[in-house]
Amino acid sequence: MTDQTLNVVGQSLLRRDGLGHVTGKTVYIDDITFPDMLHLKMVRSPVPHARLRGIDFSAAEKVPGFVRAFTHQDVPKNIYTILCLIGVGPDEEPVLAEDKVMYVDQPIAAIVAETEAAASEAVSRVKLDLEELPAVLDVEEALKPDAPILKDWGTNYFIYDYEYDQKNAYRKVRFGDVDKGFAEADLIVKGRYQTSPTEHAPVETTGCVAKPEPDGRVTVYTNTQALFFTLDNTALILQVPFQKLHFVGGTVGGGFGGKVDVIVEPIATLAATKTGRPVKYKFSRAEEMRASSTRGAWRMYFEDGVMKDGHIIARKVTSYADSGAYNRHTPYAVTKHAANVAGPYRIPNVWIDAYCVYTNRQPGSAMRGFGVTPASFAIEVQMNKIAEAVGMDPWAIRLINAYRNGDMKPHRKVVEDATLIEVMQAAAEMVAHPLPEEFKKMSSSDREEAKNG
Amino acid sequence: MASKIIRFTLNGRETEVMVKPLMTLQSLLREQLGYTATKAGCKQGGCGSCTVLLNGMPVMSCLMPVEDVAGQDVTTLEGIKSTDGLHPIQSAFYENFAVQCGYCSSGMIMVTKALLDLNASPSRQEIIEALTGNYCRCTGYEPIIRAVEDAAQRMNGREKDVRRETL
Repeated sequence: MTDQTLNVVGQSLLRRDGLGHVTGKTVYIDDITFPDMLHLKMVRSPVPHARLRGIDFSAAEKVPGFVRAFTHQDVPKNIYTILCLIGVGPDEEPVLAEDKVMYVDQPIAAIVAETEAAASEAVSRVKLDLEELPAVLDVEEALKPDAPILKDWGTNYFIYDYEYDQKNAYRKVRFGDVDKGFAEADLIVKGRYQTSPTEHAPVETTGCVAKPEPDGRVTVYTNTQALFFTLDNTALILQVPFQKLHFVGGTVGGGFGGKVDVIVEPIATLAATKTGRPVKYKFSRAEEMRASSTRGAWRMYFEDGVMKDGHIIARKVTSYADSGAYNRHTPYAVTKHAANVAGPYRIPNVWIDAYCVYTNRQPGSAMRGFGVTPASFAIEVQMNKIAEAVGMDPWAIRLINAYRNGDMKPHRKVVEDATLIEVMQAAAEMVAHPLPEEFKKMSSSDREEAKNG
Repeated sequence: MASKIIRFTLNGRETEVMVKPLMTLQSLLREQLGYTATKAGCKQGGCGSCTVLLNGMPVMSCLMPVEDVAGQDVTTLEGIKSTDGLHPIQSAFYENFAVQCGYCSSGMIMVTKALLDLNASPSRQEIIEALTGNYCRCTGYEPIIRAVEDAAQRMNGREKDVRRETL
């Protein structure tokens, strides 16, 4: 029997939320308000690295409308790491700074007040006693022996699979014999690639409203991109059972990965619980640009062994992800990076070391293909360099190296559903780039077909 | 400083408000009157999400002191919907997929309203110039430009499905 309601494939459907958007009826976080709502503003670090010796709230407390200040001592489980939910550890990021600050604009203390203006005024009157420490702002500088050490465990890099190998400073991929490949290659093509940190810059800034309910639960209206993930982390940080929190979300005024960090909800929920009143914590534009996480910067070194006919026979890559001061999502980004940085090409000998490095920069985190997008940038510039070095068409260099279904990727996954060749053939046609007949005949399944007869 | 009583017309309705000196039109609309279709993306005149019409011309309400609109005519997105349905600009934005997260849509639609009221058949270049003060981070500007072109045609009574042509 055919289900007559299943008729949307091939149709162009209007957005369900579109009418709300064009009439201005969609409710975003900043549109939510309650009569007795308090506003939360954050005291932030003015320097990239310092010992925090004291906080003086006395002038702030005198601001009319000041209600209460919160420090790390008020947060039940202050040290956390977002990806603890998928087994990443150890915990290393404070909700509010304890004895050290590690990046400019790091949250130190929260102030709630009757109005946004009063909260901002009180924040401006807080006096911090800071002893500035040398900052490290470059990934390779951070790995030098004399660099200031940022982590309690004594390194400036994330340790992967700690339970198996406590010295695992990086994600590594070993496939074939890269030295043998270099020895056999006609030429070596090297490249150094650097990307910049990128701010997501959503038009709606990050924010939430936490409202205590008469039944003892807290309703949290939030524009997070990761509702249940944020609920779970908030419950863990506040050490409350999950069912005490009711998260309401789904409407996000632009996110791009910038709203998956659990940043505003725990402290707003804590403030709402402690004051018994709804609390709004919404980033200003300046906070969104300066304090929120970025797509972290990457540095990548490539060394490729290439034959005169354009075949790449060896690739060695060393990558450094700038995680900033804390993990956020970068340990995961580095894993994705290591799996992808050999590119969509069949290279028999591959050697990859990818480091998740800490610096005194704002934390890098999720953003649209994080870990992989910088890899693609480096890979494809490198491919053009190779084409130039062997005097071949950049289209040809990609087509002859393109992986096919059935090929083994360096991280031991078999290629399935490859479409690189077909996409390039279609693209060549669209831009009227003439491809020789042999490339027009290629297909992603030709090797498999040849093997299977 | 003492608050002042200000009178102006909001979406065709005579409105009287009491405001503190230098309170912005954005704060008045959103926080005091509950007109939240006007968004607050940056509060510094950088993003255009708070655009409203003052006597038919687009202004960023975050930079406009309420005292400066005394005796004048303010229109927000809430004020352009006709009683029998959407304004043609709203229909054009909706049907051309010119909205994604929706946060810039209000400002985009208000600028479009001002443009089409002044120039019923703008060129593509004139549309682009009109929208330069409005920042979109996800839809991409092409569907928005198409929606403005489509809205112009709808308002000129030559309704036609631009979407079908371009797909």
